[in-house]
Amino acid sequence: MKISLTVNGKSQSGEAEGRTLLSTFLRENLRLTGTHIGCDTSQCGACTVHVNGMQVKSCTMFAAEADGAEVTTIEGMAEPDGSLNTIQQAFQDHHGLQCGFCTPGMVMAAASLLKANPKPTEAEVRAYLQGNICRCTGYHNIVKAIMAASGQELPALAAE
Amino acid sequence: MYSFEFVKPATLDEALAALKDEDAQPLSGGQTLIPTMKQRLNQPGSLVSLLGIPELVGVSISDNVLSIKGATNHAAIVAETRDSFPGLSALAGKIGDPAVRNRGTIGGSIANNDPSACYPAAAMACQATIMTNAREIAADDFFEGMFTTALEEGEIVTGVRFPIPQTANYQKFEQPASRFPLTGVFVAKYGDRVGVGVTGASNNGVFRWGEAEEALTANFTPDAIKDLSMPADDMIADLHGSAEYRAHLVKVLTGRAVAAC
Ligand SMILES: Cc1cc2nc3c(=O)[nH]c(=O)nc-3n(C[C@H](O)[C@H](O)[C@H](O)COP(=O)(O)OP(=O)(O)OC[C@H]3O[C@@H](n4cnc5c(N)ncnc54)[C@H](O)[C@@H]3O)c2cc1C
Ligand code: FES
Ligand code: FES
Repeated sequence: MKISLTVNGKSQSGEAEGRTLLSTFLRENLRLTGTHIGCDTSQCGACTVHVNGMQVKSCTMFAAEADGAEVTTIEGMAEPDGSLNTIQQAFQDHHGLQCGFCTPGMVMAAASLLKANPKPTEAEVRAYLQGNICRCTGYHNIVKAIMAASGQELPALAAE
Repeated sequence: MYSFEFVKPATLDEALAALKDEDAQPLSGGQTLIPTMKQRLNQPGSLVSLLGIPELVGVSISDNVLSIKGATNHAAIVAETRDSFPGLSALAGKIGDPAVRNRGTIGGSIANNDPSACYPAAAMACQATIMTNAREIAADDFFEGMFTTALEEGEIVTGVRFPIPQTANYQKFEQPASRFPLTGVFVAKYGDRVGVGVTGASNNGVFRWGEAEEALTANFTPDAIKDLSMPADDMIADLHGSAEYRAHLVKVLTGRAVAAC
């Protein structure tokens, strides 16, 4: 079947089967490989994208369900001139990544958190990231980056 | 994943017609179904999406009864029941993680009847009514055991009606890897009775703890259940907790829920 959707502001269409996952469609049909597949069992959140402004796991949604939708992926996060946006820059400044595999999902999750709650507490950031697993950082610098991106004073984060 | 035909009807009637096909299965948020299909534990001929049907989405209140349509997602339930039924809003807000809550629905959860699902505990405690396209089923009769419900072939959950309690609290003892409850207890207090719904504990699926309901109806304090004990015989035992551990949790969580009410 034919799927038409808007991805990062651009109209796109392509052929998909019923079983084609949104993650597969983004990565293989549209070659937007910034969306990572970490687990494929709906646990890790590396594949997080926004569909009509809502954060979802693109490996746990059929592409056909996104027909007609507005999708934003990590490739759509940078500023128009290509420079990193505030959240991305904060991840770089605060060393919020090591291997970087979880990072696209973390940035997408952080963006939806800050949209709903522009000044979260540290506890709120940690709770919100429940569905995003990182095997490298131990989370502290990710939390720090998100707190910094929200424009708040960096608290002395626990266990630092 | 095996291949299947994707069908997205715009009305309930079209959905029911599409579900008459042999091997057709409803698809809601897919937060349970897609992972099981990836493991090839399931091979439907077609999936009929219920998410494009406006008449299956929404929350309303009348006569102190909260009605939630089947395809309403967890995130919408969190937002739309915050004032009317904060205990249920908090339960929905603890399901999985934000992405799961943006897709998963109450109808899918109730129909799936995972032995560790959250809503069934609330539905039992509140003596909710499960609405289907064909009939209304009392929660006590709907949940028949692990992954088994009173739903017939081709019948779908169109909504759930909860009588709103005076106060309620859900205690979820989370299994951190799956983010499901290892055991969860929902306590709901009404003028004339108290309901205690327990999930994640029994091999027979969600249940009401009758003894505790009686004791709490007489005296709504954590003390009221201190001499009760939950037998471990029918409890789930797995690598996360023994049967005795879960039986113990049921009592502890019930006490905490009452204290938090
Ligand atoms: C990481 C993760 C964590 C989770 N944590 C929790 C948790 O803590 N607590 C909890 O309760 N759940 C949890 N879940 C499950 C989640 O709540 C699911 O959304 C829910 O169980 C199923 O709802 P769905 O809309 O996604 O249904 P689907 O996955 O689309 O469907 C599930 C089943 O129900 C059938 N079905 C769907 N809709 C209907 C209907 N209206 N009528 C009849 N049959 C229908 C489908 O055919 C399928 O067999 C978690 C899931 C994930 C991935
Ligand atoms: S790849 Fe989607 S949740 Fe891990
Ligand atoms: S930086 Fe390696 S998984 Fe998070």
